[in-house]
Amino acid sequence: MARSIDIDRRRKAVYGWLLLLPAGVLLSLFAFYPTVATFWSSLFSRGTRRRPSEFVGAENYAALFNDPTFWTVVQNNLLYTAVTIPLSIVIALVMALWANSRIPARSFVRTAYFTPTVLPMIAAANLWLFFYTPGLGVLDQIGRVFGFAPVNWLGQPDTALWAIIIVTVWKEAGFFMIFYLAALQTIPEDLREAADIEGASRWTYTRRIVLPLLMPTTLFVMVNAMINSVKLIDHLFILTKGGPSDASKLILYYIWEMAFAFFDAPRAAAMTMLVLLVLCVVAAIQFFLIDRRTHYQ
Amino acid sequence: MNYFAKLGLGLAGLMAATALAAPAVAQTQLTMYYPIAVGGPLTEVVDRIVADFEAENPDIKVNAIYSGNYDDTRVRALSALNSGEPAQLAVLFSIDAYDLIEQDIIAPFDEIVTDDEGRAWLDSFYPALMANSEIEGHIWGIPFQRSTIVAYYNKDKFRAAGLDPENPPSTWDEMVEAGKALTRDGTYGLMIPSTGYPYWMFQALAIQNGKELMSKDGLHTYFDDPAVIEALEFWRSLSVEHGIMPTGTVEWGTLRQAFLEGQTAMMWHTTGNLTAVKEAAGFDFGVSVLPGNVRPGSPTGGGNFYLFKDTTEEERAAALKLIRFMTAPEQAAAWSIATGYMGVSPASYETEALKAYTEAFPPALVARNQLDNAIAEFSTFETSRVRDGLNNAIQAVLTGTKDAPAALGEAQAAAERLLAPYR
Amino acid sequence: MSRLARHIEASGAILLALVWVSPLVFAFWAAFHTTSDAVNFNLTAPWTLDNFRTAWAGAPWLRYFLNTFLLVTVVLAGQFVLTTLAGFAFAQLRFPGRDVVFILVLMQLFILPEVLIVENYAMILRLGLFDTILGVGIPYMASAFGIFLMRQAFKSVPVELHEAARIEGCSLLGILWRVYVPLARPTYLAYALVSVSTHWNNFLWPLIVTNSTATRPLTVGLSIFGAPESGVDISVISAATMMTIAPLLVAFLLFQRQFVQAFLRAGIK
Repeated sequence: MARSIDIDRRRKAVYGWLLLLPAGVLLSLFAFYPTVATFWSSLFSRGTRRRPSEFVGAENYAALFNDPTFWTVVQNNLLYTAVTIPLSIVIALVMALWANSRIPARSFVRTAYFTPTVLPMIAAANLWLFFYTPGLGVLDQIGRVFGFAPVNWLGQPDTALWAIIIVTVWKEAGFFMIFYLAALQTIPEDLREAADIEGASRWTYTRRIVLPLLMPTTLFVMVNAMINSVKLIDHLFILTKGGPSDASKLILYYIWEMAFAFFDAPRAAAMTMLVLLVLCVVAAIQFFLIDRRTHYQ
Repeated sequence: MNYFAKLGLGLAGLMAATALAAPAVAQTQLTMYYPIAVGGPLTEVVDRIVADFEAENPDIKVNAIYSGNYDDTRVRALSALNSGEPAQLAVLFSIDAYDLIEQDIIAPFDEIVTDDEGRAWLDSFYPALMANSEIEGHIWGIPFQRSTIVAYYNKDKFRAAGLDPENPPSTWDEMVEAGKALTRDGTYGLMIPSTGYPYWMFQALAIQNGKELMSKDGLHTYFDDPAVIEALEFWRSLSVEHGIMPTGTVEWGTLRQAFLEGQTAMMWHTTGNLTAVKEAAGFDFGVSVLPGNVRPGSPTGGGNFYLFKDTTEEERAAALKLIRFMTAPEQAAAWSIATGYMGVSPASYETEALKAYTEAFPPALVARNQLDNAIAEFSTFETSRVRDGLNNAIQAVLTGTKDAPAALGEAQAAAERLLAPYR
Repeated sequence: MSRLARHIEASGAILLALVWVSPLVFAFWAAFHTTSDAVNFNLTAPWTLDNFRTAWAGAPWLRYFLNTFLLVTVVLAGQFVLTTLAGFAFAQLRFPGRDVVFILVLMQLFILPEVLIVENYAMILRLGLFDTILGVGIPYMASAFGIFLMRQAFKSVPVELHEAARIEGCSLLGILWRVYVPLARPTYLAYALVSVSTHWNNFLWPLIVTNSTATRPLTVGLSIFGAPESGVDISVISAATMMTIAPLLVAFLLFQRQFVQAFLRAGIK
């Protein structure tokens, strides 16, 4: 019998690998190989007519660290991350609590919260352009009613990044709300009844019972938001193009610019490696800290 | 027989063939990438010109691809070349020449057009418009949609402010003066756009202040020259000191709308916007050359035709034919009327169409008249990055985050770093 | 709990909802008015369809719609096949190396295709897929998220059903097709919704690998149409934006319940 079990096992292994093959090939082509290739090409100089590409070791990284724009961009992205994540999570949570409670016009409220999620970021940016345009935009028109001077939201270093952040939060919050809604609906009604009997206030109930139960969802949403804070840059193309004077430039936009506008692929590759490194850290946190406690498995 | 003689023969043969009409030649396919950087539904106009060309040349098929603004188009054209997709010619920024040469992807026209007739054609354009194309002794680009910066002003507002609408400011001082008179509740006196192409507007100010931003060979920049710093301080002073321009940056894209809505009495913008303004303005407006300080002046701007290196002889001949067609006086005149861009050769202003048009609408001549004082648009090796540094410096000063000497000093240092390997 | 608090809360919820839809409402309103009326907020101004005419004439929108439609279809089809096979292998087959490979797959959740644009672009050139719909879609087909999702769904299928099918003589692929796939339908639906809305909205990657009207999806077409260099005409851009989002928005509003339910039921947590 041991023999047939052995054959069965071997057959299963063959099947298993065969089933994984198509996905494996594509993942290798578009994730693993490019990662290695990115690292490799980050070690070479850019080839031009005068000087062909040559091995330069860490020079691209050194150049990057000496590039003040790079540090501006890193700072911008840190701020972007640090603000969009908590802000969109809190708003999403509030939205979910409201959308889950018995209020009038609940379905309208739900739809309204969720709608931005289905819009392309490019379209969203166009909508917001109408808000931000100095003098002519909706914000300034409203401001005028209250006697405020027009503000150049996208044209000032102090406000440009914030304007971008607001669009991101607007786009993200409804999406995250869905996860909270899902989690809220798994909380059994008896908990709430028990709390009522105990005479706990709604606030206490929310704080002591609901929020802890939502913790795994929050962690999941947080990781998502973190990834989004790297990849959600489409609106920059419409709203600010990273300006004024790099005040709203984010790292992925800078990578794109470096590679496709300045044609410096090696420098872009070096930046990509640094981003991947950061993402790896996030991944590690996810795997070793969060997965233990969530319902992933 | 050498290469060029062959090419010349081929060209002559092609021309003879078209002269005889309906040749039984296999079709040559051309792919052309082009941008439209200013207002209006101009893709239609391009499509029409291309259709006319194809009707006249049934042996050539042109695939004209609109690809967004200048930067987008450059990326698109280069991507196509990288991927081995066909691309024989493109309309790209006149200032992209250095980058394109450096990447070794364009061919100089003077090596392709070698006969006297061809040379005469190369000489038929306004010299000021050729300035950006002449690099290292070759001619790399043929002017197509070319512009200078002009001042648009709202005559109604001039009248309301007690200014002479037929006498727009011709010096910086007059401009500030007029700006103050024109600034009132809800209206600024002047807007100079500072997103999109801030370096371009700034170049005009620097020229007017008597200093050019770069050397002719594209190897040196002069951002930290006192006259240049002064020019930027002047720009900043328009908002903080004189209060005739909004603080912060002024958006290139929405500026035309702001002018049309009466948010500003004067604006500096490309002449390429002229037709769009003419069609939408609900008030009496005028166009004038830019005011001067030490001297008058404006940089040229806009797009040139480039021919890609990796093309067959037939394709080159066909591409050249297309370029000659699109820059011929009649087409140049039609293009100028449709857009506001300049006619690229003196001959185009001699055509009936443009003569009649400029007579009825004299502002259409302003850009050309300014050519006498025009200077090549800012362009160096590593143009995009050097320019980006300058743009950032300008915006940093206009938004008050840095002072002019510091910001321009940084931009100069960055440019030095980038240009050093080329010297 | 007091009545007052409840009222305040309800008004808060509705106020937030109003704020949230306002960009959409303003753009909708602007799309139907002349630019001048729109930027001056002439609330009584007459409505017009001119902006839609201008916008419609300004770009080959039908072609863009078709491209986007093809793109999301190709991506979804590829994803279904690949993630089903891989998800099944991870969920139901025990074989050496599986767990290591699974970790590798999960890594892809963090090696975002967006970040690898430079090398992925080079890869697309090498494969000769530049400026093709397949080229836009292919990097997303082996989605780690999808594989993970399918694995979870297949794991919850009772072993008895698997055994029963096996005893009836079904092959492994037959079991997958007859037992697992039907049972995972809600997951497929949810995944489809997520995938379609993601790729309908995707921008950066299509921007890089498309080069012509024949492949350009809506988002890229819209961004080129609205490039601020061409002078922003707010009403026309609003009209174009409305046109491009209309199908997805209408679909969402019609099937909203299914949409949200799909998310909830499949429990993407």
